[in-house]
Amino acid sequence: MKFNDAISGSALLALAIAILVNIQSFPKIPGQSIGPAAFPGLLAGLLAACAVVLIVRGLKERAGSAWVTPGEWLRSPHHLGNFLLTIGVLLFYILASEKLGFVICGVVLLSAMFWKLRVRPALILPISLGATLLIHAIFYKGLRVPLPWGVLLPVAW
Amino acid sequence: MTWAVLSQAMGLVFDPYVLLVILCSALFGLFVGCIPGLTATMATALLVPITFFMPPVPAVAAIVTATAMAIFSGDIPGALLRIPGTPASAAYTDEAYAMTLKGQAETALGAGLVFSAIGGLFGTLVMVLFSPGLAEIALKFSSFEYFWLVVLGLAGAVFIGNASILKASISLILGLLVACIGLENPGAHPRFTFGVNELMSGVSLIPMMVGMFAVSELFRFMVDTAPPPKMAAEKIGSVFKGMWGLLKKYRWPLVRGSALGTIIGIQPGSGADMASWMSYAMSKKFSKEPEKFGTGHVEGIVESGAANNSSLAGAWIPAIVFGIPGDSITAIAIGVLYLKGMNPGPSIFINNPQNIYAIFIVFILANIIMVPLGWLTIKLAAKVLRVPRNILMPVILLFCIVGSFAINNSVFGVIVILAFGLIAFLLEENGFPVAPAILGVVLGTMMEENFVTSMIKSDGDPTVFFTRPIAMWLALGTFVILFWPVASWGMRRLRGV
Repeated sequence: MKFNDAISGSALLALAIAILVNIQSFPKIPGQSIGPAAFPGLLAGLLAACAVVLIVRGLKERAGSAWVTPGEWLRSPHHLGNFLLTIGVLLFYILASEKLGFVICGVVLLSAMFWKLRVRPALILPISLGATLLIHAIFYKGLRVPLPWGVLLPVAW
Repeated sequence: MTWAVLSQAMGLVFDPYVLLVILCSALFGLFVGCIPGLTATMATALLVPITFFMPPVPAVAAIVTATAMAIFSGDIPGALLRIPGTPASAAYTDEAYAMTLKGQAETALGAGLVFSAIGGLFGTLVMVLFSPGLAEIALKFSSFEYFWLVVLGLAGAVFIGNASILKASISLILGLLVACIGLENPGAHPRFTFGVNELMSGVSLIPMMVGMFAVSELFRFMVDTAPPPKMAAEKIGSVFKGMWGLLKKYRWPLVRGSALGTIIGIQPGSGADMASWMSYAMSKKFSKEPEKFGTGHVEGIVESGAANNSSLAGAWIPAIVFGIPGDSITAIAIGVLYLKGMNPGPSIFINNPQNIYAIFIVFILANIIMVPLGWLTIKLAAKVLRVPRNILMPVILLFCIVGSFAINNSVFGVIVILAFGLIAFLLEENGFPVAPAILGVVLGTMMEENFVTSMIKSDGDPTVFFTRPIAMWLALGTFVILFWPVASWGMRRLRGV
């Protein structure tokens, strides 16, 4: 998804202004000119300058091209679905991993993606389970990372 | 170098556990490099969550070995599928593919393998010879010099690359701003944390890198609309046949490529990709038969194959001597070294010289075992390339999730990989390079710290940045790089008018 440089530039300018406003509330160190606000302030100033140049450049190139050029994948429902699913499974893991535990979340995540990427149906569950258990063994047993058990806690191994 | 230190370093490397780590990461690197869409940087990002649990020497050994292997192994799909396995092979992919179509796949791959190893050893030699001396100079540096060194490195990251300078600068500033997040600043004020406790110590480096270099690649795979490629050759003959002849015929291109690669590697912000593009162009320029380039001629592969591997070692020189990464791979490695308490910088040569020599030995070892293991990979290439990516990629995603969780044992790491994966994906789609951003993140804290310390030392007088002798020269170098594009643009304008 390609935005015209003027759009990216405006977003960056907004970010720079937000930072400049935010650092006004930073405390000053008594007796010194340099405090926590100095460095981000300098950077935000530079960012704003770059953003303005980018906006000007984008407006010059504007003639004849669209504000937003959607990538090929945005026009293909299949690929758009792939993209959204990837975000979806990550959000699912973030929200559900504490409650459901790593093993269940891992199997659900892999199965969903395998299914979307057209892996043979008979293979989906065995591979999901196998890969999840392998990663679990490496990190939980091998490296002692406390992956959450969630609802499987009573049968934890 | 005293013998005691050297034997201590030998002991650190030739330990069964470390050797096993080297072997496993070599195979891992060869595999990752061989699969199109998985880069050497991604190999590093995926390894880091595991190296996090290792002592410093095996941790660094794993990264060094895996990246050297991945950069070579990226040549394999280039020759067989016309898709570079890593961006560092892109410069000569068409050439190698043309050789395959002429029935010379084994020569293209053999040259890639043998000359990668030689280039890697060349870069290592330069590193071994020069970094102790550089470290001695670096010991005299104070915060003023370090400030300029960081600026010089960042300027190089922006101006020496093939992306738009404006967009590279923006990417760099964004990286520096990310480094501002958290408590670590003069006055220890929580900056940009939005009340989130996990952000107090800053955005955790490893999950961020996993997001930027692995999850963003995954997004790119998921939206890739290109049809699956076809293999141009199934059978590959004797890989080492004729290599001695090539070595004799192309010894100067080999030296030239290795030297250029090392120099580009040392220059912060430009790594193996740049090295291979520039040396391929140089090879064509100086060749006696430039008309053959692009038609399946091995000369360019010899030169740039050596260059991209020598740049890897070159990139480690500023990384271990000054703590300033030469490319995005060493940026990740420096992050790991800090976590291990093995802070890079000149004092490491005095306090822990055995660790530095151990790294040197690992480099030599990695480039030597590359030859037999690379040969094996070429033989198995047809099978490796058939690994179903629709199964591989989701498993990599799950691995990224666990890896980012493991660093702080917090699901916040997963939020970080999602956020930075999306940001990196969008940035690259819009022509903003990601490498300057990661250098900004790694160097931001160092830059601010040295700037503030210097300002306090000089009582707020900025002229001191220019009056100390070494600082002055570094400042001059920085300004030359900064104003070079402006000056050359002005010259072109003048000539054009």
